[in-house]
Amino acid sequence: MNYVERDATRSLAEALPRSRGRVTDIAARGEPYTWALGGALALGIVMIVGFLILVLYNGATTFIPKPIAVMTLADGAVVAGEPFRSESYRPGTAVLEKLAPETRARIAANDGYASRTLYRIGNYDIYNEDFRWVSDFEVARILYPADLIYAERLEWGPFIGRLKSVHVGGAAREAASIPEAELVRLHGEARARWQRLRGIERSEIGAVNHQIERERLAVRKAEIAHGAGSAEARQRAAEAATRIAGLQKEYDGLATEARRLREEDRAVRVTLAAIGGEEKELPLSALVRFYPANAISLTGKAGIYLSRWWEFLSDEPREANTEGGVMPAIFGTFAMTLLLVIAVTPFGVITALYLREYARQGRLVSVIRISVNNLAGVPSIVYGVFGLGFFAYVLGGSIDQLFYPERLPNPTFGTGGLLWASLTLALLTVPVVIVATEEALAAVPRSMREGSLACGASKWQTIRNIVLPRAMPGIMTGIILAMARGAGEVAPLMLVGVVKLAPELPVDGFFPFVHLERSFMHLGFHIFDVGFQSRNSEAGKPMVFVTTVLLVGLIFLMNISAIAIRNRLKRKFAGSQF
Amino acid sequence: MAAIAEMHSSAPATEYHAKRGDQGPVIEVRDFNLWYGAAQALHDITMTIERGLVTALIGPSGCGKSTLLRCLNRMNDLVDGLSIRGTMLLEGQDIYDARTDVIALRKRMGMVFQKPNPFPMSIYENVIYPLRVDGIRDRRILDETVERALRGAALWEEAKDRLNESALGLSGGQQQRLCIARAIAGDPEVLLMDEPCSALDPIATLKIEELIDELSGQYTIIIVTHNMQQAARVSDNTAFMYLGRLIEYGETEQVFTTPRLQRTLDYVTGRFG
Repeated sequence: MNYVERDATRSLAEALPRSRGRVTDIAARGEPYTWALGGALALGIVMIVGFLILVLYNGATTFIPKPIAVMTLADGAVVAGEPFRSESYRPGTAVLEKLAPETRARIAANDGYASRTLYRIGNYDIYNEDFRWVSDFEVARILYPADLIYAERLEWGPFIGRLKSVHVGGAAREAASIPEAELVRLHGEARARWQRLRGIERSEIGAVNHQIERERLAVRKAEIAHGAGSAEARQRAAEAATRIAGLQKEYDGLATEARRLREEDRAVRVTLAAIGGEEKELPLSALVRFYPANAISLTGKAGIYLSRWWEFLSDEPREANTEGGVMPAIFGTFAMTLLLVIAVTPFGVITALYLREYARQGRLVSVIRISVNNLAGVPSIVYGVFGLGFFAYVLGGSIDQLFYPERLPNPTFGTGGLLWASLTLALLTVPVVIVATEEALAAVPRSMREGSLACGASKWQTIRNIVLPRAMPGIMTGIILAMARGAGEVAPLMLVGVVKLAPELPVDGFFPFVHLERSFMHLGFHIFDVGFQSRNSEAGKPMVFVTTVLLVGLIFLMNISAIAIRNRLKRKFAGSQF
Repeated sequence: MAAIAEMHSSAPATEYHAKRGDQGPVIEVRDFNLWYGAAQALHDITMTIERGLVTALIGPSGCGKSTLLRCLNRMNDLVDGLSIRGTMLLEGQDIYDARTDVIALRKRMGMVFQKPNPFPMSIYENVIYPLRVDGIRDRRILDETVERALRGAALWEEAKDRLNESALGLSGGQQQRLCIARAIAGDPEVLLMDEPCSALDPIATLKIEELIDELSGQYTIIIVTHNMQQAARVSDNTAFMYLGRLIEYGETEQVFTTPRLQRTLDYVTGRFG
């Protein structure tokens, strides 16, 4: 038996070509495939890094103060503006015909291309445009005068021109005669006064209004409970009337204070002059910040840069979202993602636990598993429609009827809001968590389960004490993926609660302090809104980049913290042999 | 069915000359058959395990010795498509009766596995795990149990200063002794050991063997092993299994020196297997 086998081996060896074992074919070694694989990876990395550099560069440079160029054009017009971007283009024949022969010759030598620059000329209220193209051949003279200022205003966008005079206490003073320190002080005072005025109008009067509204609702509630005109309702109405009278007095006091401040504010005025001589008078407090763009020092530039970033991060948007800050959007995105995680984690983990540990693995479970995976492929807008129809209208509508009948027909939960948006996104991302959890559960070694069962633990105790902690890093991976997907999603949110401008944050000082029914702002929607829905898309473009940087940064931060938690959990199991 | 019946009649009866313990049997197995789907893994096993003795199960790979061991505390319940026929009794109580509380049953039998499988927790938490699942929170009882179990598993001296460190930081041999400590922490009647030394080096193996020797007075131990010297060293009775059948079951000394069957002799002298 053995003998025969050995014989067969020998004849097989002789049948092989003699060259075998001498030179290995390059395809067999797999080098070309390795190169292809590496190339694919490199391509991916280049695209990701390129995208990040583009976004980061544009985002980081947006707030740098730029010099203001004053150009005297060939036709005698004077244009002042910040250079925004340059490009080369082909001037039309009508334009070319009007040019001097040597200019025409120069353009012809350059294949008919001329270069032009887009300037931000500001002064929208005077010129009716914010930007203007200036071709290089048009420019006769270009200067950078030191006395030009770039002023960001509360309304109408930036003003580019000169500071002419300041009116304080009825007397007008030439701007040139005011020392810089005093100007800064005056501006600081005016802004502080304006902030105080806004504070009274927004929060203090807002609080009084809120209480008045609460009284009104309490009366409504009593009417619904006991019938309109009943003794209880009438008594409640009388109570409300006395309280509202008190509140009205408070309101009047605040309104008087506000009126006084507004008069003071109006008394300090500034006159600005555009480069063409057009003048514009406005309260000093209407200037958010201003600086001599061509005479500013490096530290001054850095200060402006940082103060713009601070305003961006901490303030509310103004000017149809193209200026000011995005704080409500940052907060909204963060709160929504947090709620999403809180909703999706138990839901996904419990589902996966049942599917993997308890359900009998059969056809039905396979069908469910495939369906869950397919859910991940449903267009997100469909989830938005579902969220609006089911969560907002059906669930929210029922909640309103049960708990807030006094506010009807105004919806409370019966419309889009933070809670419904989070739940909709939780639904959208739950397949990710289910799949990741199932895999994590399947990866828990059998020896661990057996060890626990052999100790007399029940199946549930085994899952709770051994399987779940062990699967936690894998579950966290699923949550991280769900979070990243959810935080970047925009389309469904537009239906279930995200709005262009929501001055009220979902968290404030009024009971119950967290208002999940409120609509909110979201960085992703903000990008869409600023980039494509604003009057001035050119002005919005840099904001798109800055907001993108912020959104990417926020998701990055949230992911990093989740990954840090996961790694801590992983380290716990690091010594394991299995 | 006819084929099975035929195998029944053709199967040689077990050569049975096991030592009787002075406390009587603790486990009785009668005509026990087991199938994985259509494949029969155990054929008509009949044997008793004597209280207080060490019983070794030996035999070549795939002979069914681990399967038999895992049937005793119903660990095989986790396997799909398993079917059994026959009876297994633990102190007269039918292990496979539908009314048997499997969890309570497992608490009466500690089990040590082939590879050390400490949980990713501290040493302390590992040892008290059987008590934790019973809901015992009394710190005094827990502390006492940890010391008793670790001393019992000859790990106390090495581990007493690092009770709150992760059990995964222990060496392989220490981990296995920790698993033994965990198995005896719940004070079981029977200790099932499924090749407890196969993943360990010779020195760690020696320690475990000494430990088995020490524990043998207090517990009934059933040990599955591939290592015949080990079986010879630690056990009182040895069961030799082959192809799902119990071939010879007798006093260890006799099985290894003067077995009654040629097949047993061939195996224990290393002629096959």
